[in-house]
Amino acid sequence: MQLTWPILSVLIWLPILGGVALLVLGDRGIALGRWVALATTAVTFGISTLLYTNFDMATAEMQFVERAAWIPAFNSWYALGVDGIATPLIILTTFITPLVVIAAWTVIEKRPAQYYAAFLILEGLMVGVFAATDALLFYVLWEAMLIPMFIIIGVWGGARRVYATIKFFLYTFLGSVLMLVSLIYMYMKTCDAGQCSYAIADFQELPLALNAQILIFISFMLAFAVKVPMWPVHTWLPDAHVEAPTGGSVILAAIMLKMGGYGFLRFSLPITPDASAELDWLVISLSLIAVVYIGFVALVQQDMKKLIAYSSIAHMGFVTLGSFLAFDLLQVNGDTRGAAMGIDGAMVQMISHGLISGAMFFCVGVLYDRVHSREISSYGGVVNTMPTFAAFAVLFALANSGLPATSGFVGEFLVIIASFRADFWYAFLAAMTLILGAAYTLWLVKRVIFGAVANDDVAALKDLNGREFFVLGVLGVAVLLLGIWPAPLLDVMRPTVEHLVQQITVSKL
Amino acid sequence: MITLESVLMLGGLLFALSVAGIFINRKNVILLLMCIELMLLAVNFNFVAFARHLGDLDGQVFVFFIMTVAAAESAIGLAILVVLFRERRNIDVEQLDTMKG
Amino acid sequence: MISQSTLLTIVLAPLLAAIVAGLAGRVIGRIGAHSVTIAGVALSCGLSIWVLKMLIDGAPVFNESVYTWLVSDNVRMEVGFLVDKLSALMMVVVTFVSLCVHVYTIGYMHDDPGYQRFFSYISLFTFSMLMLVMSNNFLQLFFGWEAVGVVSYLLIGFWYTRPSAIFANMKAFLVNRVGDFGFILGIAGIVYYTGSLDYATVFGMRDAIAANTMEIVPNLEWQAITVVCICLFIGAMGKSAQVPLHVWLPDSMEGPTPISALIHAATMVTAGIFMVARMSPLFELSETALSTVLIIGATTAFFMGLLGLVNNDIKRVVAYSTLSQLGYMTVALGVSAYAGAIFHLMTHAFFKALLFLAAGSVIIAMHHEQDMRKMGGLKKYLPITYWTSLIGSLALIGFPGTSGFFSKDALIEAVHASHIPGATYAYWCVFLGVFITAFYSFRLVFMTFHGEERFGHAHHDDHAHDSHGHDSHGHGHGDHKPHESPWVVTVPLILLAIPSLFIGWFTIGPVLFGDYFGEAIFVSESRDVLGHIGEEFHGPAGFVVHAMKAAPVYLALLGVLAAWYLYIKRPDLPGKIAEKFSAVYKLLANKFYFDEIYQAVFAKGSRNLGTALWRVGDVAIIDGTAVNGSARVVGWMSGVMRHLQSGYLYHYAFAMIIGLSALLAWYVLR
Repeated sequence: MQLTWPILSVLIWLPILGGVALLVLGDRGIALGRWVALATTAVTFGISTLLYTNFDMATAEMQFVERAAWIPAFNSWYALGVDGIATPLIILTTFITPLVVIAAWTVIEKRPAQYYAAFLILEGLMVGVFAATDALLFYVLWEAMLIPMFIIIGVWGGARRVYATIKFFLYTFLGSVLMLVSLIYMYMKTCDAGQCSYAIADFQELPLALNAQILIFISFMLAFAVKVPMWPVHTWLPDAHVEAPTGGSVILAAIMLKMGGYGFLRFSLPITPDASAELDWLVISLSLIAVVYIGFVALVQQDMKKLIAYSSIAHMGFVTLGSFLAFDLLQVNGDTRGAAMGIDGAMVQMISHGLISGAMFFCVGVLYDRVHSREISSYGGVVNTMPTFAAFAVLFALANSGLPATSGFVGEFLVIIASFRADFWYAFLAAMTLILGAAYTLWLVKRVIFGAVANDDVAALKDLNGREFFVLGVLGVAVLLLGIWPAPLLDVMRPTVEHLVQQITVSKL
Repeated sequence: MITLESVLMLGGLLFALSVAGIFINRKNVILLLMCIELMLLAVNFNFVAFARHLGDLDGQVFVFFIMTVAAAESAIGLAILVVLFRERRNIDVEQLDTMKG
Repeated sequence: MISQSTLLTIVLAPLLAAIVAGLAGRVIGRIGAHSVTIAGVALSCGLSIWVLKMLIDGAPVFNESVYTWLVSDNVRMEVGFLVDKLSALMMVVVTFVSLCVHVYTIGYMHDDPGYQRFFSYISLFTFSMLMLVMSNNFLQLFFGWEAVGVVSYLLIGFWYTRPSAIFANMKAFLVNRVGDFGFILGIAGIVYYTGSLDYATVFGMRDAIAANTMEIVPNLEWQAITVVCICLFIGAMGKSAQVPLHVWLPDSMEGPTPISALIHAATMVTAGIFMVARMSPLFELSETALSTVLIIGATTAFFMGLLGLVNNDIKRVVAYSTLSQLGYMTVALGVSAYAGAIFHLMTHAFFKALLFLAAGSVIIAMHHEQDMRKMGGLKKYLPITYWTSLIGSLALIGFPGTSGFFSKDALIEAVHASHIPGATYAYWCVFLGVFITAFYSFRLVFMTFHGEERFGHAHHDDHAHDSHGHDSHGHGHGDHKPHESPWVVTVPLILLAIPSLFIGWFTIGPVLFGDYFGEAIFVSESRDVLGHIGEEFHGPAGFVVHAMKAAPVYLALLGVLAAWYLYIKRPDLPGKIAEKFSAVYKLLANKFYFDEIYQAVFAKGSRNLGTALWRVGDVAIIDGTAVNGSARVVGWMSGVMRHLQSGYLYHYAFAMIIGLSALLAWYVLR
């Protein structure tokens, strides 16, 4: 059932307005400001659930579409709409942001109003990225999103924050400028065809020569691979995570990385299917390298945040692997059975990773707030003083290592099964995560959580307060719920994914 | 009869003179400003000449614009010079290399 | 008729109890925690027995899904129950042993601060194990498979302040994960070839799998079914601790004794056996896979038994015996005697749980001392424990008439009758294994309960073992004479001793040679060794008489005698033998150096590899060369370019003029 009011615009602008209101209130009005931030994000989340309840699960068409003139000279529109791929990601975004607000409640002492404002504005922009159906609008929001994140890491970050922010910014920015070139190229192509347009849907219909497709594919790939991030353009992530404040890490891991996966599904696959088919080996091998190589690297990290950051890279490898299996399946088996499963798996993995990595960064934040150290060696035996926290940490750690009945399992399972169709060795390497994921996560748990009390800092730890308990509890419930009954999520995606598989099997040459 | 060519020649001469002035003069900023004025004047000459030659008044209108801008420019330029002098007690071009990379 | 609600109750009662005890443990207190979990498991147990009875009375097999987990790419993944006689038998065994262990725990964990948590975990384990055995599809099987692994992880590390415990639990989980790695590949293969996860559908399409070959290594065609079955069996090797994935089981003894009995002897470790029996329609199609199973099982049965000979930790001896017995079951699977494997699984569950709980009782009496060299002569202090553990040991060595005798003897016969590749090797392994089993079992009995009392002077270094502060026996250290455990400990022992003694008599006929399993287990005609033996089966008494004419029984008695001679008659001899054969002794005492090799190759190797990839790959090459390298190139370029920026106005003006002239020249001369 379509709504009569522009829900997507509300989801974008409500948090942005909230952010502006916070800036106006300033640090002196922060007591009120916190509640404004919480109310705004909570209401945004509430509204976003309407996306799900009113979603028409029978169609792959864009829903809740909005369209207003934006840059008429380029025929670029303020055009919004969501399908089965964007909806879950938007809900993930609106779900995580209030938790970030709650988690920061008393922790952030430096310029709290601006901190909250940055997150609120960021939320609006991120929703916009997922909802934009106009490529130029998408690009503008995509880049605009970097600004609040840049500020969040740069202002509230750790000691080496300047290095980290510049690395983060340059990496992601350099990655995406080429994307703009491709978008403009395709815009020109649509003009040649008679109707100038920046609509993503038109790009998807556009016939393109193989050479052009390959160039476009590579430019897209640079932009998205940096965001995902894929090996070998991943090194910004550990630095950014380590320096970012807790909330920044959470948003970065939970949502910003998903932009890359979303981009692959929205742009690369349907716009350049032939080039994707040519170059799928590249993406698949990079994904498998991410799973195995990064798994080993994560094993030896000494910094908790770095370890989780590397684990994120390994898990996101499943997203890219699942997305690009379709082409390999088509070549190997001559049909696309399993392709939808791969993409389903990629999507579920994105949502699940959003919840789990977010939760794990919250856990690190809880410890960091108390001890002010991210080094694994500063801890040991936390369970003795923080039993409730330990229970959550173990739950999320197990989820991170892909335990069935947690959301971490669903995506990996689907992708492994689908990849077996393409090649035994894909499945073999992907399944290595069962061992590696468990190894680095549980070793972390062993060194931080279990054992006898290691030092005075640990002995002085206080267990979770109500706020922290709420945040971790909500995430824990979500992780379990999605693991025990993922069907609703899959139902939303199904028509879109099937449509996507249709699209990518049709050559555009 | 003064031909278009001779006027253009004069314009070119003035322009070359001003360029030479900018290059050869390495001491005085005021001279630089004057050379720039001269350059604009040369351009004005061309405008007037072509306006007359083509029988179109637009060129002459432009001359007025350029003169206005030139006046404003030299006013600002001199003002900067004054500030600069107060700051550094010196307006020697050789010394003004804060823009060095 | 079996109704879905009954089955849901069986599964969910322990889960709910676990949640209540786990989340509200502080509210309901210790009594509340054990009451609610015992009630939950007792309800499950009662209903399981009822379900088994209904099935025996001819109720149809229950096979329905409960809810759809997800649908992806037209593959419907569901959660559902398949309850036939195989799963019903497992359900009864699991819930019964679990119930005994719950009751026993009241005594064993009496003073432990983690009392509620412990009850919550073991109830959660019961739930997971029930999900595993009652599953009607591979997904839920895998869920149960991992869930029991996690609970085992939590329970091995129950005393989380002990470094050895948290090392052991991580090791257990990771080794299991290696198995699960194979398992999930097997499941992926099944989905590939059949497009379904449902047992019935998959078994219906098994010929489709068999018709395929796959090329894993180029130019080497393998039967798809062989690959799938071996992958699945790798899972079983992890969970059922078969060589070379057995290393976690002895270490898992770091956990409290009740869970060693429940998880690491009676139920979880037999999940692999159950799974292979459940997959019998698939395994029957691949002789290669069966041979692999057979050889691995035989190796485990013999060589792990050897390790039991030299160990002095009472729990570890029982653990090695478990390894060896799991090997026996695997051997039975390998020769297609699935019913034999399940039969041995059942009898083993009873007598091995009994042995562990008895060992726990001894440990309580000895103030958490586990070294058998510091025991001895406990018979008169712990009569009930002594007699029950004697019953358990007799069953373990296959003393005629006990439950273990029927299962083990039938199993050896079956191996003898089989002709698949590797059967001869396996026969000698299991045959000689009988002697070894008897020897270490009675070595344990003699060292613990007979002979000289060695505990008096052992008491002083007690504190080393009690350092974890879980001294859960409730009497002070001043009391030097050990005494019998409370009734909550002994009643479960007696409860388990009854089936250990008698259950073989009643069940061997139908389970092993009758038509008990029906459709649940599939054996192809040509490999039906049990059917072959069954032709000569004339009741349990006849079986006993028949067995008296065969070698294994005497071999077992020889083992007992040898143990008696070495540990009662001439206690000085074992040391001398160890000295004489010091190389062999060292090899056994170091468990064939498996741990050392794994530690060096896998643990250390992967850490070194990780460090190398990180330092060289990420830090040096990607960040150092590519990322910061390009930054340096840009810096160098600008360093060169900056020289153009002299700062002199006339230079800039000159450049402009030159540029302008060049442009004009190009424009004019073009």
